[in-house]
Amino acid sequence: MYNFEFEKPSTIADAVAALGGEDAQALGGGQTLIPTLKQRLAAPSALVSLGGIPEMQGVCVEDDGAVSVGGATSHAVVAREAAGAYPALAALAGQIGDPAVRNRGTIGGSVANNDPAACYPAAVLGSGGTIVTNARQIAADDFFEGMFTTTLDEGEIITSVRFPVPQAASYQKFLQPASRFALVGAYVARFADGVRVAITGASEDGVFRWSEAEAALGKEFRPDALMDLRINPMNMIGDLHGSKEYRAHLVSVMTKRAVEACM
Amino acid sequence: MPKDSGIGASSKRREDVRFLTGAGNYTDDINVHGQAYVHFLRSDIAHGRIKSIDTSAAETMPGVVKVFTGKDFEGVGGMPCGWEVTDRHGAPMQEPPHPILAQGKVRHVGDPIAAVVADSLEQARDAAEAIELDIEELPAVLDMKAAAQEGATLVHDDLKNNICYDWHLGEADNDKVNEVFANAAHVTTLDLVNNRLVANPMEPRVAVAEYSRGTDEYTLYTTSQNPHVIRLLMCAFVLGLPEHKVRVVAPDVGGGFGTKIFHYAEEAFCTFAAKACNRAVKWTSSRSEAFISDAHGRDHVSRIELALDADNNFIGLRTDTYANMGAYLSTFSSSVPTWLHGTLMAGNYKTPVIQVNVKAMFTNTVPVDAYRGAGRPEATYQLERVVDKAARELGVDPIALRRQNFITQFPYDTPVALTYDTGNYDGTMDKLEAAADLAGFAARRAQSEANGKLRGLGINCYIEACGIAPSNIVGMLGARAGLYDAATVRVNATGSISVMVGAHSHGQGHETAFPQVVADMIGIDESMVEIVHGDTSKIPFGMGTYGSRSLAVCGSAMVKATEKVIDKAKKIAAHLLEASEADIELKDGQFSVAGTDKSVAWGDVTLTAYVPHNFPLEVEPGLEETAFYDPANFTFPSGAYACEVEVDPETGQVSIEAFTAADDFGNIINPMIVDGQVHGGIGQGIGQALLENCAYDENGQLLSASYMDYAMPRADDVPFYSVDHSSQTPCTHNPLGVKGCGEAGAIGSPPAVINAVLDALNSGGKSIDHIDMPVSPSRVWAAMNG
Repeated sequence: MYNFEFEKPSTIADAVAALGGEDAQALGGGQTLIPTLKQRLAAPSALVSLGGIPEMQGVCVEDDGAVSVGGATSHAVVAREAAGAYPALAALAGQIGDPAVRNRGTIGGSVANNDPAACYPAAVLGSGGTIVTNARQIAADDFFEGMFTTTLDEGEIITSVRFPVPQAASYQKFLQPASRFALVGAYVARFADGVRVAITGASEDGVFRWSEAEAALGKEFRPDALMDLRINPMNMIGDLHGSKEYRAHLVSVMTKRAVEACM
Repeated sequence: MPKDSGIGASSKRREDVRFLTGAGNYTDDINVHGQAYVHFLRSDIAHGRIKSIDTSAAETMPGVVKVFTGKDFEGVGGMPCGWEVTDRHGAPMQEPPHPILAQGKVRHVGDPIAAVVADSLEQARDAAEAIELDIEELPAVLDMKAAAQEGATLVHDDLKNNICYDWHLGEADNDKVNEVFANAAHVTTLDLVNNRLVANPMEPRVAVAEYSRGTDEYTLYTTSQNPHVIRLLMCAFVLGLPEHKVRVVAPDVGGGFGTKIFHYAEEAFCTFAAKACNRAVKWTSSRSEAFISDAHGRDHVSRIELALDADNNFIGLRTDTYANMGAYLSTFSSSVPTWLHGTLMAGNYKTPVIQVNVKAMFTNTVPVDAYRGAGRPEATYQLERVVDKAARELGVDPIALRRQNFITQFPYDTPVALTYDTGNYDGTMDKLEAAADLAGFAARRAQSEANGKLRGLGINCYIEACGIAPSNIVGMLGARAGLYDAATVRVNATGSISVMVGAHSHGQGHETAFPQVVADMIGIDESMVEIVHGDTSKIPFGMGTYGSRSLAVCGSAMVKATEKVIDKAKKIAAHLLEASEADIELKDGQFSVAGTDKSVAWGDVTLTAYVPHNFPLEVEPGLEETAFYDPANFTFPSGAYACEVEVDPETGQVSIEAFTAADDFGNIINPMIVDGQVHGGIGQGIGQALLENCAYDENGQLLSASYMDYAMPRADDVPFYSVDHSSQTPCTHNPLGVKGCGEAGAIGSPPAVINAVLDALNSGGKSIDHIDMPVSPSRVWAAMNG
């Protein structure tokens, strides 16, 4: 990797200030960024670690019942601490990568990176969550803008992510055999006023809501409701690990399994 | 009752103490005072003509010691190929130069163009980025069949085409073969691909070279399976150095799987640069670099045809293979699709007419060479897949069809140049049927179906040829090396023993198993025997470890040397006991006079050998003997494997539910180590069958260039194995009666897995003849919905 300065502020304000420097880069758990640096594919002037800010750590339940996860909280902590309040979210966090990844990687890093095969974006979008930054609150529906793209501004920090807790939810992931990211992952969340279905891994546009499935499940929340629904393969990812058609097929299978798991 | 020491005991692997506690000494652990670091600038395109390389800016960068390009090696030899294959017309293979650093053209992604030696690795990398390249990109040659066509772009401009050789083995008369097929009651034909693999040993390659100006001596520390072979090739063919001035050390090596047999450009470069820079030079491959610079494995495209008569006897076999050599000939690449592949096409069967045709192709890809099994897995996969397909087409039981065609008389001369000395294929199959509870399969299938899964059973037989030999025969076949091995047994005054062996242990457990043999022969404790390996300054000239040869070949040399030691010790004992040498017996570490209670202990005799006060005048002092052993033949391990899979019909996901191996390895020294070797081999075979896929795009870019896309088998991808080695027909021509077990699992398992997957899919009402490896979920789903 190229040389860089390293800073580890203890407040959000200091982090924002540090990120104001030219070519400064925020560092969450580094699970994507560090390999990128080692390959010399990025050359930030400074890395600003968000790991030393106490108010960005941990899981809590807010007054309205929503679960709030600090932006620098590791997957392992979410798997442990959200298990009671939001089991589907905790289960998702507990299936990301391997123990080393789960103890380094953070929710803020994952959501900000918006890898098209990452798990967390499906939970955030599927839950209708809110991304809280140092500057504003962004609804999940407005946040994800396509593969590796979000509405975050330069230097903007995800300080926490808020999840409304559904009546029932499940994330079903079909593993890409090499990376064990999601080849396709389906997050189904059933709320009193409707059903949300978010799909990761499948689309060239990154995580998306499968609105036809939401409508069908909203009418009748059972696996058979999805029977006649198909996703158009055209915008699906086709690569070494699966064709567009295969991914489109898996969207149906994984969504159905997620519904079954909610029953 | 299992033995607790000596031959046949599952002695715990003594080397694991250091491996598992972080006390190993790997090449990257070696740092020489004042060493510089090398970074190779590698081609990022598959094929191109080098117009210019400007290193002037790089040379002035901080910390840079020297920048090398192909020009610096114009007077230096290229990387040699160790086996000259003669084609079907009697002409030698086309053998293009393989320079240490690219000259004229780059021929694959990863081809080294320049090398920067600097005070630190980061400085070397910085300077490499400052090298200005002007390379004209050329069309990449990738598809082997297209590469063989007239007018195809040439990988090597000086060759007449991209065909390294067009080779055949077995029946040469096409008319005769055609007649067999024309008269057959049934012909089964199968097109298949043996997927390209990346070996991925846990330890990447490393080289550290130092040069002493005072003594004109070199030392190269390198991640090698055969340090003497590296020294010979590098000194005699590449750098032109006197061997006695060069020491090559391969310390602890973290897995090889074949890919560390070969002499690599980076080793020669570091040795050359150590003198040119008058400074030790170190190179450590990154994992990314390993993907594009370690020799790959497999990569065959084949059509196989099996002819059967009306009684389902195999009457003819014909195979046509395109074998990928990659851009250059790696050290033993040419032998893999020929003498390690064609010769195995008889398998376990008495097929009377066999014709093997192989075209070896140059392409703009990483060189391909031996990988665990090397040619034998490719042969076994073709044969066992076509036999399975024939059974399905004929509606006969795949085990019965195999049994009907088994070779039952030994020795057996195959139509493809081998003589099998022993085997008992029916007996081994009996063991498999019992161990795998094949009788219970129907019930297990019913249970899987009740759970919404398809269950399949795949059967596979294999024959392996290990310990490639003898030297005079392989010499006639084109080997440019002898294939013997050597051992020196040095008995110390106090009776402990150091055995210097030519074989190299990089996971095989030699340090445990070899002493079991010596200790057993003398009757002393295993802990009194130590193996020394991996250092040309310590060990006799041996050929190293590959092809499951170590115990059969080097172990035999060790036995011979130990016998010499015992013979001499008996002379000394006879003197001490005032008896005739012919009356001396050695048992449990005691020399005794037959029929008397007179005896002298091993330690007293060895002490006498070094303190020869009371000593026979006609005997030299000391107790140290060396033996070289050149086997009379290959050894022929064989086996029968059963794999049970479940397939999720919704997703195409395959899971391996059970895997049973019944192997005949002849006599076994350490059953636990043998089990481990089989486990590892099956794991790699399952990796090839289900997961591993080294794929290039149409421009010659490696698509699976990291673990993000190259799927290695993990613990949860494999089942608990059941292994049975009780079928034992000892090798007839080596002193231990051993055969070799290192590669068997990787040879026997891929067809078992694929046969099982197809059995599952066909049980679900689909008619699917074949799916190419790896049978990823997407491929299975596509086949089910095709």
